Amino acid sequence: MYDFAYHRPKSLADALALLKGKPEGRVMSGGMTLIPTLKQRLAKPSDVVDLAGVKELAGIKVEGNNVVIGGMTRHADVATSADVKGAIPALAYLAGHIGDPQVRNRGTIGGSIANNDPAADYPAAVVALNATVTTNTGKHAADSFFKGLFETALGEGELVTSVSFPKAEKAAYMKFPNPASRYAMVGVFVAKTAGGVRVAVTGAGPSVFRVKAMEDALAKNFSSAAIKDIKIPADGLNSDIHGSAEYRAHLVGVMARRAVDAANK
Amino acid sequence: MTAATGIGARVLRTEDKRFLTGTGRYVDDLPLARATHAYFLRSPHAHAKIKSIDTAAAKKMPGVVEIFTGKDTADAKVGGLICGWVVKGKDGQPHKSPPHPVMALDTVRYVGDTVAMVVANTADEAKDAAEAIKVDYDVKSANIDLARALDKGIPEVHPEAPGNLIYDWEIGVKADIDAAFAKAAHVTKLDLVNNRLIPNAMEPRAAAADYDKGTGNYTLWSTSQNPHVLRLILSAFVLGIPEHKLRVIAPDVGGGFGSKIFCYNEETMVTWAASRVGRPIKWTAERSESFMTDAHGRDHVTHAGLALDKDGKFLALRVDTIANMGAYLSTFSTAVPTYLYATLLAGQYTTPLIYANVRAALTHTAPVDAYRGAGRPEATFVIESLVSKAAAEMKIDAAELRRKNFIPSTAFPYQTPVALQYDSGNYPPIIDEAMKIADYKGFEARRAEAKSRGKLRGIGFSSYIEACGLGPSRVIGQLGGGVGQWESAQIKFNPTGNVQILTGAHSHGQSHETTFAQIVSDKLGVPIEAIEVVHGDTATTPFGMGSYGSRSLAVGGSAIMKAADKIIAKGKKIAAHLMEASVADVVFEQGTFKVAGTDKAVPLGAAVFAAYVPHNYPLEELEPGMDENAFYDPSNFVYPAGTQICEVEIDPDTGTVEVVAHTAVDDFGNIINPMIVDGQVHGGIVQGVGQALMENAVYDKATGQLVSGSYMDYTMPRADNVPSFKLGNKVTPCPHNPLGVKGCGEAGAIAAPAAVMNAVHNALAPLGVKHVEMPATPLNVWQSIQGAQPAAAE
Repeated sequence: MYDFAYHRPKSLADALALLKGKPEGRVMSGGMTLIPTLKQRLAKPSDVVDLAGVKELAGIKVEGNNVVIGGMTRHADVATSADVKGAIPALAYLAGHIGDPQVRNRGTIGGSIANNDPAADYPAAVVALNATVTTNTGKHAADSFFKGLFETALGEGELVTSVSFPKAEKAAYMKFPNPASRYAMVGVFVAKTAGGVRVAVTGAGPSVFRVKAMEDALAKNFSSAAIKDIKIPADGLNSDIHGSAEYRAHLVGVMARRAVDAANK
Repeated sequence: MTAATGIGARVLRTEDKRFLTGTGRYVDDLPLARATHAYFLRSPHAHAKIKSIDTAAAKKMPGVVEIFTGKDTADAKVGGLICGWVVKGKDGQPHKSPPHPVMALDTVRYVGDTVAMVVANTADEAKDAAEAIKVDYDVKSANIDLARALDKGIPEVHPEAPGNLIYDWEIGVKADIDAAFAKAAHVTKLDLVNNRLIPNAMEPRAAAADYDKGTGNYTLWSTSQNPHVLRLILSAFVLGIPEHKLRVIAPDVGGGFGSKIFCYNEETMVTWAASRVGRPIKWTAERSESFMTDAHGRDHVTHAGLALDKDGKFLALRVDTIANMGAYLSTFSTAVPTYLYATLLAGQYTTPLIYANVRAALTHTAPVDAYRGAGRPEATFVIESLVSKAAAEMKIDAAELRRKNFIPSTAFPYQTPVALQYDSGNYPPIIDEAMKIADYKGFEARRAEAKSRGKLRGIGFSSYIEACGLGPSRVIGQLGGGVGQWESAQIKFNPTGNVQILTGAHSHGQSHETTFAQIVSDKLGVPIEAIEVVHGDTATTPFGMGSYGSRSLAVGGSAIMKAADKIIAKGKKIAAHLMEASVADVVFEQGTFKVAGTDKAVPLGAAVFAAYVPHNYPLEELEPGMDENAFYDPSNFVYPAGTQICEVEIDPDTGTVEVVAHTAVDDFGNIINPMIVDGQVHGGIVQGVGQALMENAVYDKATGQLVSGSYMDYTMPRADNVPSFKLGNKVTPCPHNPLGVKGCGEAGAIAAPAAVMNAVHNALAPLGVKHVEMPATPLNVWQSIQGAQPAAAE
């Protein structure tokens, strides 16, 4: 990797101050994408501001009808949290199936959604549960947060401080992993909350997307039978040596049905 | 004493202490004072002319010591890398032998081909400087698709091999075969791809070299499976450094699977450049370099046919294969698809007529050479896929069809129609045992139960034969091999009674340190703690051929037995002297020389001490010391055989194949350490399952870019991809080596792909799926199911 200045601030305020005036500076949360990128010399930041020491950004709490997860909370902590397991078991399940134990003990929810890798798991949960993303400058609704391939609504100098997930009446996540990387080739998060039914798909397209036809059908009848004839168009879906767009489109249907069945259990 | 550590004991691996405590010592661990670091600039193109290389700016970068290009090596008359096995084609001519320069001269021929070597104070500085080298390429169209590599109008890789053909080779008589097919009651035909694999040893290749100006001696530390052969090649063919001035050390090596047999350009360059820069040079491949530049494995396109009579007796086998050589001929590349492949096509069967035509083709891809099994997995895959398909077509039980055609145990030694003479074997009890362990009778019930869960369950057999323990040197020479294939051993006692076994074999995961010590512990009655196995250093060990082709025990172990016999013979003379008895009356039992019928006894340790402190010793007729050398050249290959039975469950909605049960019953002859043998079988099966279901080296057919160039896209099998294996064994001792052993290192990988793929086809047959290509990835299986459904509905 190329040389850079490394900083490890202890507070959010210090982190933001460090980033100021450094257009080539980068924030690191878990580093699960940034570090491999640096090692491959695909990025050349002037500064890396590591948020690992910013304790105020980590932690899980239940606030009324919501589970609020700090941006620097590790996947392993979400997966094993009694609060998350009690309120939204599907979210704990998702976190427990990201990467491998090493990744789960380094990677963070804030880092994951800010990066918006098309094959990341968390975006499906954020959208399906209609979570609210809180940053140092404001709040973003789930539907307007993920903008496209590795693109989000985050502005310059804006960091994810927490994500607030409404409790779900029923929810489940089903992932078909890429055989090699084990990232989501297709991951479907189905949730029935006070706000209605949502179906969010990750891995299949350039960014997380909802399947309205399934949501409408499930709103009337929350069963896998209700969506078995809904075909997902392959247009615009990802295609690579592990899965054609047609295969991914097919898998969205399979994973959605399995998620509904799991949510009903 | 020997019962716990002798032959047949499940002795825990003595080498594991250092491996499990992080104290193994690998090439990259070497502390070399004043060391520089090398980085190799590689071609980003599959095929291009190099118009110019400008290193001026790069040479001025911080820390840069020197930069070399192909021109520098050509000016210094560095020789090219060699292919050590001459295969003669149908026309009687030796194979085409295009040059293999250590760095590209005016043309790059695959993505990863070496363009320049940067030597700098640190690895990062070398890499920084490499980025500053300006190479002007004239990119040409590339020849990537093996199936079309020999077609007219395809870009040529080397002008020395017109039409990309390295050789057009055959074995058997084609006319006889055609006649047999014409009158056969049934013919089964199959088009197969044997997918290309990337070896993925845990430790990447590495090399470090030092040159001593005072003595003119070079030392090369390399991740080599065969340091003596590497030295021989570098000395005699490439660098011209006399053998006695070049020491090659292969210290702890983290896996090879064949890919570290070969002489590569990086270790050559590091050695050559060490004397030029006057400082040691270290190089360790990055993982992406390993993907790009380690010699790949397999990669065949095959059309095959099996002719049967109405009862299912095999009449004739016809095989037509194109084998990928990549862009340059690697060290043993030419032998793999010929003498290690076509000569195995009899399998376990009495097929009287076999004809194989193999054409070796160049492509603009990384060189292809031996990889665990080397030719034999490809042969087994052809035979066993054909046999299972024939069984399905003729509605004969797959096990029954095999049994009907097995070579009977009374027929050994058995001369196959494809040159090999099998020394021993007894195949029917192996398949019987495998079927018992796998509960073959209960399969249909398991299939029905799986169906109730929406899963398609299938079962597949693979009955393999292997010729390994390379090999009888005379035969190897007749077939075009450039080296002998014996092995060496030295048993060196110290005066206090402990022992060093020096071997020409090399352990990079095979557990020689334990297995070889067990042999000596058993044979000489020495406790295993008092035995040290030394290997991997040309300065301390006798010249040896190294480890590959499941040869270390059958050949290297046999050499140790011969040396031990010499120790006993000498010890008898010493003991006879000490006991004042006749040598003829002395027997050696459990570490002690005795005179039969008396209570006279001399422990081996006492004889050893007398040999080193020869105060009371027959010096007139016997030299002092207890240090014996032996070389062993086998009279034949060894022929391990076995049957694997795989059961899979397929999720028809996703195409996912799960291996739910896998049984292997093998005949490895006598077994020294059953635990280590089980481990070898486990590892081999996992590699075979990997080939069948996951692993695939994919090049973009237009650009020649390696699409599966990292673990993000190259699917390695993991622990959760395989079930707990069920193993069994049967023993027919090898009749021609002193241990009665066969080889076990490659068997798992040889048999498993066919077993898994036959199970996949068996599972999918009810859906009308006729053929699934390896690897049976979820996408591939799902597409096969989609393709079959209209046919099934008709």
